[in-house]
Amino acid sequence: MDKTGEGGIVITKLDDLLNWARLTSLFPMGFGLACCAIEMMGAYASGYDLDRFGIIPRASPRQSDVMIVAGTVTFKMADRIRRLYEQMPEPRYVISMGSCSNCGGPYWEHGYHVVKGVDRIIPVDVYVPGCPPRPEALIGGFLKLQEIIRKETIRAPRAVQQIMAKRAQQGQPVADAEKQS
Amino acid sequence: MDFEQLQQFIIDMFGAEVILGTNTDNLQPYIILQPERLPEVCLELHDNPLTYFDLLSCVTGIDNGPEAGTMEVAYNLYSIPHNHHLMLKVQVQRNNTPEQSMPAVPTVSHIWRTADWHEREIFDLLGIYFTDHPDMRRILCAADWEGHPLRKDYKLQDYYHGIKVPYDQHNENSGFRGEPVKLISSENPFTDKREKPE
Repeated sequence: MDKTGEGGIVITKLDDLLNWARLTSLFPMGFGLACCAIEMMGAYASGYDLDRFGIIPRASPRQSDVMIVAGTVTFKMADRIRRLYEQMPEPRYVISMGSCSNCGGPYWEHGYHVVKGVDRIIPVDVYVPGCPPRPEALIGGFLKLQEIIRKETIRAPRAVQQIMAKRAQQGQPVADAEKQS
Repeated sequence: MDFEQLQQFIIDMFGAEVILGTNTDNLQPYIILQPERLPEVCLELHDNPLTYFDLLSCVTGIDNGPEAGTMEVAYNLYSIPHNHHLMLKVQVQRNNTPEQSMPAVPTVSHIWRTADWHEREIFDLLGIYFTDHPDMRRILCAADWEGHPLRKDYKLQDYYHGIKVPYDQHNENSGFRGEPVKLISSENPFTDKREKPE
């Protein structure tokens, strides 16, 4: 704007600015578990080009905003997934990609080694159905996540709300819980 | 050599008592050996120039179930220069008494290195112990997993590291009760932009 010599001001709400910045630079963790990861890589590559949404895989959970659980979650992997999630900085989001990580998928009954849904370990924001989902479906999942982020406000942080909701669900009065903590 | 010749070869080398039985009815005839004599027979079959079984194609563990009370290990041998096959089996008791939790079979991993991981897998999934194996640990399941999943009487553990294992009452436990959850502000975020405005 300075180039034109006219100067200029854009007035916006802080909420909108923060949300816009977050939802247009969602950095997922470079992390795949099974065949869904192949579709995820396909979505990253030039054919579907997730880069145009500002979605660039990062090499470290410390630099990531979103974790795509792409594939079958085994019990052996569960502890590692939980640790990786805990290493991510807030605000953090989780996309569960594919039937296996949604609910156990084809291993739901006789798969002794499969966690029946990654939501038994970490909270999930968006579930992408499919076995495996096409790259379009993963992009749809990201658009859904962007819709969720667009609704956020710094006056009611989501993480705090989730804790409050959990306490209320347990029948613990919110005021009492605050006194205790 | 064909199956009869191989059978005669083993009888000539080790005596008839080493073979507990044979089955030639199926496509792949097999010889049931005494478990304790297995390594020496295998070593001879591997080293002798007449047989020269240089490749152990597969090792398979089989659980015949609590009624039968036995477990089997099947060895598929192949000789690349001679182009002949042989299937060996050993049969052991399941030994599911509290004192002896696991049947034991002598290892052949010092003869064929392939057997190392095969035997570890059988140990992991079926719970057959291979004596004198250099590294008898679980290979696929987590190190602190309970039980051997491919046993016929296997029961899932309820919790693993605080994670519920069985699927039952999945929806109730994960908070879903059939009501639609409204996550977004608009009814349909993917409305077709090409539709004519009204």
